[in-house]
Amino acid sequence: MQRLKAVVKQEVQGLNGDEAVALAVKQCDVDVIAAYPITPQTIIVEKLSEYVANGEVDTEYICTESEHSAMAACLAASATGARVFTATASAGLALMHEMLFVTSGCRAPVVMAIANRALSAPLNIHGDHSDAMAERDSSWIQIYCENAQEVYDSIIQGFRIAEHLDVQLPVAVGLDGFTLSHTLENVMTLPDEVVNTFVGTRQFPVVLTHEGKTVPYKLDPASPMTMGPVALPNYYFEFKRQQEEAMKDALKVIPEIHDEYAQVSGRRYGSGLLEPYALEDAEVAIVCLGSTAGTVKTVVDELRAQGTKVGLLRIRTYRPFPAETLVKALVNVKAVAVLERSMSFGGGGGAVFHEIRNALYDEKTHPFIVDYIHGLGGRDTNPAQIKGVYEDLKKIVNAKHVEDLVRFLGIRE
Amino acid sequence: MSAISEGKFTTKDIVEKPELFLSGHRACAGCAPATVLRLIMKATRGPTIVTEATGCMEVASTIYPYTSWAAPWLHTAFETAGSNASGIEAALKILRKKGRIKDEKVDVIAFAGDGGTYDIGIQALSGAVERGHDFLFVLYDNEAYMNTGIQRSGGTPYGASTTTSQAGKILPGKLEQKKPIGDIMVAHDMPYVATAAPYYWKDLITKTRKGIEVDGPAFLHVFAPCPRGWRSDPSKSIELSRLAVETCVFPLWEAVNGEYQLSTPSKVIALAPQKKKPVREYLQAQGRFRHLFTPQNEKIIDEIQKITDTKWQKLLKKCGFPQQKPTA
Repeated sequence: MQRLKAVVKQEVQGLNGDEAVALAVKQCDVDVIAAYPITPQTIIVEKLSEYVANGEVDTEYICTESEHSAMAACLAASATGARVFTATASAGLALMHEMLFVTSGCRAPVVMAIANRALSAPLNIHGDHSDAMAERDSSWIQIYCENAQEVYDSIIQGFRIAEHLDVQLPVAVGLDGFTLSHTLENVMTLPDEVVNTFVGTRQFPVVLTHEGKTVPYKLDPASPMTMGPVALPNYYFEFKRQQEEAMKDALKVIPEIHDEYAQVSGRRYGSGLLEPYALEDAEVAIVCLGSTAGTVKTVVDELRAQGTKVGLLRIRTYRPFPAETLVKALVNVKAVAVLERSMSFGGGGGAVFHEIRNALYDEKTHPFIVDYIHGLGGRDTNPAQIKGVYEDLKKIVNAKHVEDLVRFLGIRE
Repeated sequence: MSAISEGKFTTKDIVEKPELFLSGHRACAGCAPATVLRLIMKATRGPTIVTEATGCMEVASTIYPYTSWAAPWLHTAFETAGSNASGIEAALKILRKKGRIKDEKVDVIAFAGDGGTYDIGIQALSGAVERGHDFLFVLYDNEAYMNTGIQRSGGTPYGASTTTSQAGKILPGKLEQKKPIGDIMVAHDMPYVATAAPYYWKDLITKTRKGIEVDGPAFLHVFAPCPRGWRSDPSKSIELSRLAVETCVFPLWEAVNGEYQLSTPSKVIALAPQKKKPVREYLQAQGRFRHLFTPQNEKIIDEIQKITDTKWQKLLKKCGFPQQKPTA
């Protein structure tokens, strides 16, 4: 995170990641929340319930009987014109799977916090990215945060991104289970009215109805619209292509909104898509997502102090995947280690690894790339292991060869 | 619960009311659900948003870029009629409060078939009712997964042959009874539950309006013959819905705040038991029961009669009527 001069006075509050989500939601004038409790997201819905009970928010709060119903209710409320929020994790997100595609397909700008957690079995309540990575093709924008501050900032930006007329796609903001969701940090918070002004009221794209009228895209008895129809092979494909175009537009919109927010808050996370750290002259680099970046930065500082040219590229926005800027950031590095907290079983490495290798394919020269699966089920990744990765990268540079393409960090062999 | 309208509809009122479920849809010939939807939309009292589970009526009415809906309409998935209605109702409430939509009451109707109600949709329905959302849930019950090709559901009756409960050399069709969905909904302590059949169209329209007018959730179980799935004459769908009532296979009743009362067509039978027709008459009009009319399976018809009689007696008891002799 880069700190600029903020234009407004901010209050420092001690918040864990979940509380930071809830506070941001409170300040965004959300109309409907529909959610179901699941660890490690529960503090979010508890805190929101407290705001509702104390009249601190003007929000309809639906405690649904499952995450599937939570997402269905969110989608329906959003279709009716409401600004909508939900939160989930792990099995809850997996249960939503069907509805995630319907929500993005209906172009409902729902914002969701995911307290990233491992998937069963065995049952595990701790952090990794398996849950959200399994939904990477669901046409949701995915942002992964490094700390509670970024969680707060990203939820606020999330509503602007989702509701942007060129985007109209749902946004998921990921915070690593327990590492971020339950860890108390200092969070700079904006005054309510500043957030309110930044987020504004929900805008609607104008669409042509079957009656030939141009109306806002929502369920309104004054201008009846059929939403979520059947589309056969003659039309379905175009709907999907439009979602892809919206994702491309989001690549432009996310940095714009990120910049605008930085003007107000004084906080910047790289471009909003990628956050490079000591990368300009780096010979070897780690690419990672989420809270792991905090540990990597500490190690980078330490190694840099010893004169080693190491760097980090944190992927903040994973969907849409910022391939073009990622290539520019990495093309001159000699070796790259991708650290990821999920697996694509049988796929030869994780999804992030695959996508980075794919992005670099057309370059004349490109770095050696190695994949490290780490931190599954909340397994700690410590500075010593990160140092080990940088040492491995140096070996790869010297050997001009990658021995094992996919490795496991911090595992009992 | 607020006062329920007496629902004094005249034929003229109904004819003059603009259609909200329009012609041109792709339902099969003789499809009773299509008639049911049209009648229900005739009973709306004002601005209404409709949500519909995946199923025959959803598919037949909205093939893009066409639609049969002149009311705002949302479909999301198979199991989501209850949860969608929850989200729509909550959004309407808060947006109205915040002055972001017109200050008027907008009613919410959720449609689902038997699959979307008895089976995959029951959790979302139960949750929505438990939370007390103000909406009308309409079950159009054609007693199997007709959209996917006549597979058995929790609403398929005992003895019916479907593509997944086939009548074969050793099995006589579905072995299980129909789930008592109406009673299940009454057990939710909801303000209004009723059954209806399209032959008794005024009763259907009146009950629809009552369900809309009641504060809180209402559940309407509408019997909706499907000639394709029931292997029945497409011209007899509405008559079949009459026969189901006259045989007490599908009695008509209401439960207002949990108090059961028979509706007129069934009350007539309760008061004059000789008018109760044997189930055989109803069964033989449908190919899905054809295998029962064999020496091997004849006893199942007797069983169905017994089950029907027992259920009828239970209903009579709930409605405060004395017990009656079973149909011979």
